[in-house]
Amino acid sequence: MFDFLEGYDLLGAFWVTVRLTLYSGVGSLVWGTVLAAMRVSPVPLMRGFGTAYVNVVRNIPLTVIIIFTSLGLFQTLGVSLGADDFTAINFRLAVLGLTAYTSAFVCEALRSGINTVPVGQIEASRAIGLSFAQTLRLVVLPQAFRSVVGPLANVLIALTKNTTVSAAIGVAEAAALMREMIENEAQLILISAVFAAGFVCLTLPTGLFLGWVSKKVSVRR
Amino acid sequence: MTPPLYDVPGPRAKRRNALFTLVFLVALAVLAWWVYRSLEEKNQLEWVKWRPFFTDSRAWSTYILPGLRNTALAASLAMVIALPLGALLGISRLSDHRWVRGTAGTVVEFFRAIPVLILMLFANAAFSEFTDISPDTRPLYAVVTGLVLYNASVLAEVVRAGILSLPRGQTDAAKAIGMRKGQTMLHVLLPQSVTAMLPALVSQLVVIVKDTALGGALLGFSELLASVRPMSANYGANTIASFTVVAVIFVLINFALTTFASWLEGRLRRGKKSTGAVVGAEAVEELATPGEHIGPGDAGGSTGGAK
Repeated sequence: MFDFLEGYDLLGAFWVTVRLTLYSGVGSLVWGTVLAAMRVSPVPLMRGFGTAYVNVVRNIPLTVIIIFTSLGLFQTLGVSLGADDFTAINFRLAVLGLTAYTSAFVCEALRSGINTVPVGQIEASRAIGLSFAQTLRLVVLPQAFRSVVGPLANVLIALTKNTTVSAAIGVAEAAALMREMIENEAQLILISAVFAAGFVCLTLPTGLFLGWVSKKVSVRR
Repeated sequence: MTPPLYDVPGPRAKRRNALFTLVFLVALAVLAWWVYRSLEEKNQLEWVKWRPFFTDSRAWSTYILPGLRNTALAASLAMVIALPLGALLGISRLSDHRWVRGTAGTVVEFFRAIPVLILMLFANAAFSEFTDISPDTRPLYAVVTGLVLYNASVLAEVVRAGILSLPRGQTDAAKAIGMRKGQTMLHVLLPQSVTAMLPALVSQLVVIVKDTALGGALLGFSELLASVRPMSANYGANTIASFTVVAVIFVLINFALTTFASWLEGRLRRGKKSTGAVVGAEAVEELATPGEHIGPGDAGGSTGGAK
Protein backbone atom coordinates (compact mmCIF):
# COMPACT_ATOMS: atom_id res chain seq x y z
CA MET A 1 0.00 0.00 0.00
CA PHE A 2 2.84 2.34 0.80
CA ASP A 3 5.08 1.17 -2.05
CA PHE A 4 4.76 4.61 -3.67
CA LEU A 5 7.23 5.76 -1.05
CA GLU A 6 10.02 3.82 -2.71
CA GLY A 7 12.51 5.95 -4.54
CA TYR A 8 11.78 8.99 -2.38
CA ASP A 9 13.87 10.09 0.56
CA LEU A 10 11.00 10.87 2.92
CA LEU A 11 13.05 10.81 6.10
CA GLY A 12 15.73 12.91 4.45
CA ALA A 13 13.17 15.57 3.53
CA PHE A 14 11.78 15.70 7.05
CA TRP A 15 15.35 15.80 8.37
CA VAL A 16 15.92 18.95 6.30
CA THR A 17 12.73 20.38 7.86
CA VAL A 18 14.03 19.59 11.34
CA ARG A 19 17.45 21.08 10.58
CA LEU A 20 15.90 24.25 9.16
CA THR A 21 13.80 24.52 12.33
CA LEU A 22 16.72 23.98 14.69
CA TYR A 23 19.19 26.35 13.00
CA SER A 24 16.70 29.16 12.54
CA GLY A 25 15.25 28.48 16.00
CA VAL A 26 18.62 29.04 17.66
CA GLY A 27 19.37 31.98 15.38
CA SER A 28 16.09 33.74 16.10
CA LEU A 29 16.40 33.10 19.83
CA VAL A 30 19.73 34.94 19.85
CA TRP A 31 18.73 37.76 17.50
CA GLY A 32 15.29 38.05 19.12
CA THR A 33 16.85 38.41 22.57
CA VAL A 34 19.18 41.12 21.28
CA LEU A 35 16.19 42.90 19.74
CA ALA A 36 14.19 42.65 22.96
CA ALA A 37 17.15 44.05 24.93
CA MET A 38 17.34 46.91 22.43
CA ARG A 39 13.64 47.64 22.82
CA VAL A 40 13.91 48.12 26.60
CA SER A 41 17.34 49.79 26.56
CA PRO A 42 18.00 53.38 27.69
CA VAL A 43 19.37 54.35 24.25
CA PRO A 44 16.52 55.90 22.20
CA LEU A 45 18.10 55.07 18.85
CA MET A 46 18.29 51.36 19.71
CA ARG A 47 14.71 51.40 20.99
CA GLY A 48 13.61 53.00 17.75
CA PHE A 49 15.50 50.48 15.65
CA GLY A 50 14.03 47.55 17.60
CA THR A 51 10.49 48.87 17.28
CA ALA A 52 10.85 49.61 13.58
CA TYR A 53 12.39 46.18 12.87
CA VAL A 54 9.63 44.30 14.67
CA ASN A 55 6.79 46.29 13.13
CA VAL A 56 8.12 46.05 9.60
CA VAL A 57 9.24 42.41 9.61
CA ARG A 58 6.12 41.09 11.36
CA ASN A 59 3.92 42.60 8.68
CA ILE A 60 5.77 41.29 5.62
CA PRO A 61 4.69 37.81 4.50
CA LEU A 62 7.39 35.22 5.18
CA THR A 63 7.07 34.14 1.56
CA VAL A 64 8.14 37.60 0.40
CA ILE A 65 11.17 37.49 2.71
CA ILE A 66 12.24 34.00 1.65
CA ILE A 67 11.86 34.70 -2.06
CA PHE A 68 13.69 37.99 -1.59
CA THR A 69 16.68 36.17 -0.07
CA SER A 70 16.90 34.13 -3.26
CA LEU A 71 15.89 36.58 -6.01
CA GLY A 72 17.13 39.75 -4.36
CA LEU A 73 20.05 38.85 -2.12
CA PHE A 74 21.55 35.95 -4.04
CA GLN A 75 20.65 36.40 -7.69
CA THR A 76 20.80 40.19 -7.81
CA LEU A 77 23.34 41.13 -5.16
CA GLY A 78 25.41 37.93 -5.16
CA VAL A 79 25.18 37.23 -1.43
CA SER A 80 25.89 33.50 -1.10
CA LEU A 81 26.68 33.29 2.63
CA GLY A 82 29.92 31.43 2.02
CA ALA A 83 28.46 28.38 0.31
CA ASP A 84 29.32 27.23 -3.22
CA ASP A 85 26.66 24.76 -4.40
CA PHE A 86 23.00 25.60 -4.87
CA THR A 87 21.70 23.22 -2.23
CA ALA A 88 23.86 24.78 0.48
CA ILE A 89 23.21 28.34 -0.70
CA ASN A 90 19.44 27.90 -0.73
CA PHE A 91 19.50 26.18 2.64
CA ARG A 92 21.50 29.00 4.22
CA LEU A 93 19.35 31.67 2.58
CA ALA A 94 16.24 29.95 3.93
CA VAL A 95 17.75 29.86 7.43
CA LEU A 96 18.59 33.56 7.10
CA GLY A 97 15.06 34.47 6.01
CA LEU A 98 13.38 32.31 8.64
CA THR A 99 15.65 33.77 11.34
CA ALA A 100 15.01 37.35 10.27
CA TYR A 101 11.25 36.73 10.36
CA THR A 102 10.96 34.58 13.48
CA SER A 103 13.18 36.79 15.65
CA ALA A 104 10.54 39.54 15.48
CA PHE A 105 8.09 37.16 17.13
CA VAL A 106 10.69 35.97 19.67
CA CYS A 107 11.33 39.62 20.54
CA GLU A 108 7.63 40.29 21.13
CA ALA A 109 7.24 37.15 23.25
CA LEU A 110 10.25 38.09 25.37
CA ARG A 111 9.04 41.63 25.81
CA SER A 112 5.72 40.37 27.16
CA GLY A 113 7.77 38.17 29.52
CA ILE A 114 9.75 41.17 30.69
CA ASN A 115 6.43 42.84 31.48
CA THR A 116 5.54 40.02 33.89
CA VAL A 117 8.50 40.81 36.15
CA PRO A 118 7.12 42.88 39.06
CA VAL A 119 8.09 46.55 38.97
CA GLY A 120 9.17 46.28 42.62
CA GLN A 121 11.98 43.90 41.72
CA ILE A 122 13.23 46.22 39.02
CA GLU A 123 13.08 49.16 41.42
CA ALA A 124 14.91 47.12 44.06
CA SER A 125 17.68 46.14 41.67
CA ARG A 126 18.08 49.75 40.63
CA ALA A 127 18.13 50.76 44.30
CA ILE A 128 21.07 48.45 45.11
CA GLY A 129 22.94 50.07 42.27
CA LEU A 130 22.71 47.48 39.48
CA SER A 131 23.23 48.96 36.05
CA PHE A 132 20.79 48.43 33.17
CA ALA A 133 22.82 45.51 31.82
CA GLN A 134 23.07 43.91 35.25
CA THR A 135 19.36 44.37 35.96
CA LEU A 136 18.52 42.80 32.64
CA ARG A 137 21.01 39.93 32.90
CA LEU A 138 20.66 39.02 36.58
CA VAL A 139 17.11 39.92 37.53
CA VAL A 140 14.79 40.41 34.58
CA LEU A 141 15.78 38.02 31.79
CA PRO A 142 16.07 34.84 33.92
CA GLN A 143 12.52 35.33 35.14
CA ALA A 144 11.27 36.52 31.78
CA PHE A 145 12.61 33.42 30.04
CA ARG A 146 10.88 31.14 32.52
CA SER A 147 7.56 32.86 32.00
CA VAL A 148 7.73 32.83 28.20
CA VAL A 149 8.47 29.14 27.62
CA GLY A 150 4.85 28.78 26.50
CA PRO A 151 4.83 31.67 23.99
CA LEU A 152 8.30 30.69 22.74
CA ALA A 153 6.99 27.15 22.18
CA ASN A 154 4.23 28.65 20.04
CA VAL A 155 6.85 30.54 18.04
CA LEU A 156 8.89 27.36 17.61
CA ILE A 157 5.87 25.42 16.34
CA ALA A 158 4.93 28.21 13.97
CA LEU A 159 8.55 28.13 12.78
CA THR A 160 8.36 24.38 12.17
CA LYS A 161 5.32 24.90 9.99
CA ASN A 162 6.87 27.96 8.32
CA THR A 163 9.93 26.02 7.15
CA THR A 164 7.69 24.66 4.37
CA VAL A 165 7.82 28.11 2.78
CA SER A 166 11.46 27.47 1.85
CA ALA A 167 10.11 25.06 -0.78
CA ALA A 168 9.55 28.28 -2.74
CA ILE A 169 13.30 28.69 -3.25
CA GLY A 170 13.96 25.02 -3.88
CA VAL A 171 15.10 23.75 -0.49
CA ALA A 172 14.43 20.02 -0.54
CA GLU A 173 12.33 19.84 2.62
CA ALA A 174 9.02 18.10 3.26
CA ALA A 175 6.69 20.38 1.30
CA ALA A 176 8.98 20.34 -1.74
CA LEU A 177 9.05 16.55 -1.69
CA MET A 178 5.28 16.43 -1.32
CA ARG A 179 4.90 18.64 -4.39
CA GLU A 180 7.21 16.39 -6.37
CA MET A 181 5.46 13.21 -5.26
CA ILE A 182 1.99 14.58 -6.04
CA GLU A 183 3.18 15.31 -9.55
CA ASN A 184 4.70 11.87 -10.16
CA GLU A 185 2.47 9.48 -8.26
CA ALA A 186 -1.26 8.88 -8.44
CA GLN A 187 -1.75 8.48 -4.72
CA LEU A 188 -2.88 11.95 -3.69
CA ILE A 189 -4.76 11.04 -0.53
CA LEU A 190 -2.10 8.68 0.82
CA ILE A 191 0.77 11.03 0.04
CA SER A 192 -1.01 13.91 1.76
CA ALA A 193 -1.84 11.70 4.74
CA VAL A 194 1.81 10.73 5.11
CA PHE A 195 3.00 14.35 5.09
CA ALA A 196 0.17 15.52 7.34
CA ALA A 197 1.06 12.76 9.79
CA GLY A 198 4.71 13.81 9.64
CA PHE A 199 3.89 17.36 10.62
CA VAL A 200 1.44 16.28 13.31
CA CYS A 201 4.27 14.14 14.74
CA LEU A 202 6.60 17.13 14.71
CA THR A 203 4.30 19.83 16.09
CA LEU A 204 1.77 18.23 18.43
CA PRO A 205 4.27 16.55 20.81
CA THR A 206 6.36 19.74 20.85
CA GLY A 207 3.27 21.73 21.84
CA LEU A 208 2.24 19.29 24.55
CA PHE A 209 5.77 18.84 25.92
CA LEU A 210 6.67 22.52 26.03
CA GLY A 211 3.23 23.35 27.46
CA TRP A 212 4.04 20.93 30.30
CA VAL A 213 7.52 22.46 30.70
CA SER A 214 6.11 25.98 30.82
CA LYS A 215 3.72 24.97 33.62
CA LYS A 216 6.68 23.48 35.51
CA VAL A 217 9.12 26.35 35.23
CA SER A 218 6.87 29.40 35.28
CA VAL A 219 7.36 31.60 38.33
CA ARG A 220 4.31 31.45 40.60
CA ARG A 221 3.07 34.89 41.49
CA MET B 1 4.04 49.29 28.69
CA THR B 2 7.43 48.06 29.75
CA PRO B 3 8.58 49.47 33.07
CA PRO B 4 11.90 51.28 32.64
CA LEU B 5 14.86 49.12 33.66
CA TYR B 6 17.06 52.15 34.25
CA ASP B 7 17.10 55.35 36.25
CA VAL B 8 16.73 58.85 34.91
CA PRO B 9 20.20 59.33 33.40
CA GLY B 10 22.69 61.41 35.29
CA PRO B 11 25.69 63.12 33.64
CA ARG B 12 27.72 59.89 33.39
CA ALA B 13 24.85 57.81 32.09
CA LYS B 14 24.06 60.54 29.59
CA ARG B 15 27.60 60.42 28.27
CA ARG B 16 27.49 56.63 28.09
CA ASN B 17 24.15 56.68 26.27
CA ALA B 18 25.52 59.21 23.83
CA LEU B 19 28.50 56.92 23.20
CA PHE B 20 26.22 53.91 22.60
CA THR B 21 24.07 55.98 20.28
CA LEU B 22 27.17 56.97 18.34
CA VAL B 23 28.48 53.38 18.10
CA PHE B 24 25.09 52.09 17.03
CA LEU B 25 24.72 54.90 14.52
CA VAL B 26 28.12 54.04 13.02
CA ALA B 27 27.14 50.37 12.82
CA LEU B 28 23.88 51.27 11.06
CA ALA B 29 25.73 53.63 8.74
CA VAL B 30 28.23 50.91 7.79
CA LEU B 31 25.35 48.56 7.06
CA ALA B 32 23.52 51.20 5.03
CA TRP B 33 26.69 52.01 3.13
CA TRP B 34 27.25 48.32 2.33
CA VAL B 35 23.66 47.99 1.10
CA TYR B 36 24.04 51.16 -0.95
CA ARG B 37 27.34 50.01 -2.49
CA SER B 38 26.04 46.57 -3.45
CA LEU B 39 22.88 48.06 -4.93
CA GLU B 40 24.91 50.64 -6.83
CA GLU B 41 27.29 47.99 -8.17
CA LYS B 42 24.40 45.95 -9.58
CA ASN B 43 22.77 49.08 -10.98
CA GLN B 44 19.68 48.62 -8.85
CA LEU B 45 19.46 52.26 -7.86
CA GLU B 46 19.10 53.73 -11.34
CA TRP B 47 16.08 55.97 -11.55
CA VAL B 48 14.88 54.06 -14.64
CA LYS B 49 14.19 51.03 -12.46
CA TRP B 50 12.23 52.91 -9.84
CA ARG B 51 10.50 55.40 -12.12
CA PRO B 52 7.67 53.11 -13.31
CA PHE B 53 6.21 52.97 -9.80
CA PHE B 54 6.13 56.74 -9.44
CA THR B 55 5.37 58.09 -12.87
CA ASP B 56 3.88 55.23 -14.88
CA SER B 57 0.30 54.46 -13.97
CA ARG B 58 0.47 51.28 -16.06
CA ALA B 59 2.83 49.67 -13.54
CA TRP B 60 -0.02 49.95 -11.08
CA SER B 61 -2.92 49.15 -13.36
CA THR B 62 -1.33 46.11 -15.04
CA TYR B 63 0.63 44.51 -12.21
CA ILE B 64 0.15 45.82 -8.72
CA LEU B 65 -3.56 46.59 -8.48
CA PRO B 66 -4.79 43.32 -10.06
CA GLY B 67 -2.43 41.45 -7.74
CA LEU B 68 -3.69 43.41 -4.78
CA ARG B 69 -7.27 42.70 -5.82
CA ASN B 70 -6.59 38.96 -5.91
CA THR B 71 -4.88 39.09 -2.52
CA ALA B 72 -7.88 40.91 -1.05
CA LEU B 73 -10.30 38.55 -2.79
CA ALA B 74 -8.64 35.39 -1.49
CA ALA B 75 -8.21 36.81 2.02
CA SER B 76 -11.78 38.03 2.34
CA LEU B 77 -13.26 34.84 0.87
CA ALA B 78 -11.18 32.77 3.29
CA MET B 79 -12.26 34.89 6.26
CA VAL B 80 -15.94 34.86 5.30
CA ILE B 81 -16.03 31.08 4.82
CA ALA B 82 -13.78 30.20 7.74
CA LEU B 83 -15.65 32.28 10.31
CA PRO B 84 -18.98 30.37 10.43
CA LEU B 85 -17.10 27.09 10.12
CA GLY B 86 -14.86 28.10 12.98
CA ALA B 87 -17.83 29.17 15.09
CA LEU B 88 -19.45 25.78 14.51
CA LEU B 89 -16.26 23.92 15.46
CA GLY B 90 -15.62 26.15 18.46
CA ILE B 91 -19.12 25.66 19.83
CA SER B 92 -18.92 21.91 19.17
CA ARG B 93 -15.76 21.83 21.26
CA LEU B 94 -17.76 23.17 24.18
CA SER B 95 -20.51 20.58 23.75
CA ASP B 96 -21.63 18.40 26.65
CA HIS B 97 -21.58 15.33 24.44
CA ARG B 98 -18.24 13.63 24.55
CA TRP B 99 -18.20 12.46 20.93
CA VAL B 100 -19.17 15.86 19.50
CA ARG B 101 -16.48 17.49 21.64
CA GLY B 102 -13.94 14.82 20.70
CA THR B 103 -14.60 14.99 16.96
CA ALA B 104 -14.42 18.78 16.85
CA GLY B 105 -11.29 18.69 19.00
CA THR B 106 -9.59 16.19 16.72
CA VAL B 107 -10.41 18.22 13.62
CA VAL B 108 -9.16 21.43 15.20
CA GLU B 109 -5.93 19.96 16.57
CA PHE B 110 -5.22 18.19 13.27
CA PHE B 111 -5.58 21.21 11.01
CA ARG B 112 -3.70 23.48 13.38
CA ALA B 113 -0.75 21.08 13.40
CA ILE B 114 -0.29 21.12 9.61
CA PRO B 115 1.39 23.89 7.61
CA VAL B 116 -0.99 25.92 5.41
CA LEU B 117 1.22 25.23 2.42
CA ILE B 118 0.68 21.47 2.76
CA LEU B 119 -3.09 22.08 2.84
CA MET B 120 -2.87 24.32 -0.24
CA LEU B 121 -0.80 21.79 -2.18
CA PHE B 122 -3.29 19.09 -1.28
CA ALA B 123 -6.27 21.24 -2.26
CA ASN B 124 -4.65 22.16 -5.57
CA ALA B 125 -3.98 18.53 -6.48
CA ALA B 126 -7.39 17.41 -5.25
CA PHE B 127 -9.20 20.02 -7.36
CA SER B 128 -7.29 19.00 -10.46
CA GLU B 129 -7.95 15.31 -9.90
CA PHE B 130 -11.52 15.16 -8.63
CA THR B 131 -13.22 18.24 -10.06
CA ASP B 132 -13.30 19.99 -13.41
CA ILE B 133 -12.50 23.47 -12.17
CA SER B 134 -10.56 25.15 -14.95
CA PRO B 135 -6.79 25.47 -14.42
CA ASP B 136 -7.13 29.28 -14.51
CA THR B 137 -9.28 29.53 -11.40
CA ARG B 138 -7.88 26.47 -9.66
CA PRO B 139 -5.13 28.36 -7.79
CA LEU B 140 -7.71 30.69 -6.23
CA TYR B 141 -9.83 27.73 -5.14
CA ALA B 142 -6.76 25.95 -3.76
CA VAL B 143 -5.52 28.99 -1.87
CA VAL B 144 -8.93 29.72 -0.36
CA THR B 145 -9.49 26.06 0.56
CA GLY B 146 -6.11 25.80 2.27
CA LEU B 147 -6.65 29.05 4.14
CA VAL B 148 -10.19 28.03 5.17
CA LEU B 149 -9.13 24.62 6.51
CA TYR B 150 -6.35 26.11 8.60
CA ASN B 151 -8.05 29.29 9.72
CA ALA B 152 -11.38 27.66 10.56
CA SER B 153 -9.55 25.63 13.17
CA VAL B 154 -7.71 28.66 14.52
CA LEU B 155 -10.93 30.70 14.57
CA ALA B 156 -12.62 27.79 16.36
CA GLU B 157 -10.17 28.34 19.20
CA VAL B 158 -10.75 32.09 19.06
CA VAL B 159 -14.51 31.53 19.32
CA ARG B 160 -14.04 29.06 22.16
CA ALA B 161 -11.77 31.46 24.02
CA GLY B 162 -14.28 34.26 23.40
CA ILE B 163 -17.16 32.27 24.86
CA LEU B 164 -15.10 31.08 27.82
CA SER B 165 -13.92 34.61 28.54
CA LEU B 166 -17.47 35.77 29.30
CA PRO B 167 -18.29 36.11 32.98
CA ARG B 168 -20.05 33.08 34.50
CA GLY B 169 -22.98 35.26 35.50
CA GLN B 170 -24.12 35.41 31.88
CA THR B 171 -24.81 31.67 31.75
CA ASP B 172 -26.29 31.68 35.25
CA ALA B 173 -28.67 34.49 34.41
CA ALA B 174 -29.75 32.76 31.21
CA LYS B 175 -30.42 29.57 33.18
CA ALA B 176 -32.32 31.51 35.81
CA ILE B 177 -34.81 32.87 33.30
CA GLY B 178 -35.29 29.33 32.00
CA MET B 179 -33.30 29.35 28.73
CA ARG B 180 -32.23 26.05 27.31
CA LYS B 181 -28.58 25.32 26.47
CA GLY B 182 -29.01 26.09 22.80
CA GLN B 183 -30.88 29.29 23.53
CA THR B 184 -28.21 30.41 25.99
CA MET B 185 -25.51 29.87 23.38
CA LEU B 186 -27.42 31.48 20.52
CA HIS B 187 -28.97 34.47 22.26
CA VAL B 188 -26.63 35.25 25.16
CA LEU B 189 -23.12 33.88 24.77
CA LEU B 190 -22.45 33.97 21.03
CA PRO B 191 -23.49 37.60 20.38
CA GLN B 192 -21.36 38.85 23.25
CA SER B 193 -18.39 36.70 22.35
CA VAL B 194 -18.39 38.20 18.86
CA THR B 195 -17.63 41.59 20.39
CA ALA B 196 -15.06 40.05 22.71
CA MET B 197 -13.17 38.36 19.92
CA LEU B 198 -13.18 41.20 17.37
CA PRO B 199 -9.52 42.18 18.03
CA ALA B 200 -8.42 38.57 17.58
CA LEU B 201 -10.42 38.32 14.34
CA VAL B 202 -8.82 41.44 12.90
CA SER B 203 -5.34 40.25 13.75
CA GLN B 204 -6.07 36.81 12.27
CA LEU B 205 -6.89 38.68 9.07
CA VAL B 206 -3.24 39.80 9.00
CA VAL B 207 -2.16 36.14 9.10
CA ILE B 208 -4.53 35.34 6.24
CA VAL B 209 -3.32 38.24 4.08
CA LYS B 210 0.29 37.15 4.62
CA ASP B 211 -0.50 33.52 3.80
CA THR B 212 -2.07 34.38 0.44
CA ALA B 213 1.49 35.10 -0.74
CA LEU B 214 2.15 31.34 -0.53
CA GLY B 215 -0.30 30.84 -3.37
CA GLY B 216 1.61 33.30 -5.50
CA ALA B 217 4.95 31.63 -4.89
CA LEU B 218 3.98 27.99 -5.19
CA LEU B 219 0.61 27.58 -6.89
CA GLY B 220 0.73 30.22 -9.60
CA PHE B 221 -2.00 32.32 -8.01
CA SER B 222 -1.60 35.83 -9.42
CA GLU B 223 -1.65 37.79 -6.18
CA LEU B 224 0.52 40.71 -5.13
CA LEU B 225 3.80 38.83 -4.61
CA ALA B 226 3.40 37.04 -7.93
CA SER B 227 3.49 40.41 -9.71
CA VAL B 228 7.18 40.84 -8.81
CA ARG B 229 8.47 38.55 -11.56
CA PRO B 230 6.57 40.04 -14.50
CA MET B 231 7.33 43.53 -13.22
CA SER B 232 11.06 42.99 -12.96
CA ALA B 233 11.05 41.28 -16.35
CA ASN B 234 9.21 44.18 -17.93
CA TYR B 235 11.04 47.07 -16.30
CA GLY B 236 14.63 45.95 -16.86
CA ALA B 237 15.51 43.55 -14.02
CA ASN B 238 14.46 45.91 -11.26
CA THR B 239 14.08 43.05 -8.76
CA ILE B 240 14.94 45.12 -5.72
CA ALA B 241 12.61 47.97 -6.66
CA SER B 242 9.70 45.61 -7.34
CA PHE B 243 10.26 43.74 -4.08
CA THR B 244 10.45 46.99 -2.16
CA VAL B 245 7.16 48.26 -3.56
CA VAL B 246 5.36 44.97 -2.88
CA ALA B 247 6.78 44.69 0.64
CA VAL B 248 5.82 48.28 1.44
CA ILE B 249 2.23 47.63 0.32
CA PHE B 250 2.01 44.51 2.49
CA VAL B 251 3.47 46.37 5.47
CA LEU B 252 1.04 49.27 5.06
CA ILE B 253 -2.04 47.01 4.87
CA ASN B 254 -1.02 44.78 7.73
CA PHE B 255 0.22 47.60 9.90
CA ALA B 256 -3.11 49.32 9.48
CA LEU B 257 -4.92 46.11 10.47
CA THR B 258 -2.62 45.53 13.48
CA THR B 259 -3.08 49.09 14.70
CA PHE B 260 -6.84 48.82 14.23
CA ALA B 261 -6.88 45.55 16.23
CA SER B 262 -5.02 47.03 19.18
CA TRP B 263 -7.13 50.21 19.09
CA LEU B 264 -10.25 48.01 19.13
CA GLU B 265 -8.86 45.96 22.00
CA GLY B 266 -8.15 49.04 24.08
CA ARG B 267 -11.58 50.43 23.35
CA LEU B 268 -13.33 47.20 24.33
CA ARG B 269 -11.31 46.89 27.54
CA ARG B 270 -12.19 50.44 28.55
CA GLY B 271 -15.80 50.25 27.39
CA LYS B 272 -18.34 50.78 30.15
CA LYS B 273 -21.08 48.71 28.58
CA SER B 274 -18.98 45.66 27.81
CA THR B 275 -18.63 42.65 30.08
CA GLY B 276 -14.88 43.23 30.16
CA ALA B 277 -14.29 40.00 28.23
CA VAL B 278 -11.75 40.45 25.42
CA VAL B 279 -9.76 37.97 23.36
CA GLY B 280 -6.75 40.13 22.58
CA ALA B 281 -4.84 40.26 19.33
CA GLU B 282 -1.83 38.76 21.10
CA ALA B 283 -3.79 35.63 21.96
CA VAL B 284 -4.03 34.59 18.32
CA GLU B 285 -0.47 33.34 18.20
CA GLU B 286 -1.09 31.04 21.12
CA LEU B 287 -4.45 29.84 19.84
CA ALA B 288 -2.85 28.89 16.52
CA THR B 289 -0.66 26.29 18.22
CA PRO B 290 -1.67 22.67 18.53
CA GLY B 291 -1.75 21.13 21.99
CA GLU B 292 -3.29 22.22 25.23
CA HIS B 293 -3.54 25.83 26.26
CA ILE B 294 -2.97 27.37 29.62
CA GLY B 295 -5.13 30.16 30.93
CA PRO B 296 -8.80 31.02 30.69
CA GLY B 297 -9.16 28.79 27.65
CA ASP B 298 -9.11 25.77 29.92
CA ALA B 299 -11.69 27.07 32.34
CA GLY B 300 -14.40 24.97 30.74
CA GLY B 301 -12.28 21.83 31.02
CA SER B 302 -12.89 20.96 27.41
CA THR B 303 -9.53 20.01 26.01
CA GLY B 304 -10.48 17.04 23.95
CA GLY B 305 -9.06 15.77 20.79
CA ALA B 306 -6.04 14.27 19.19
CA LYS B 307 -3.46 13.08 21.60
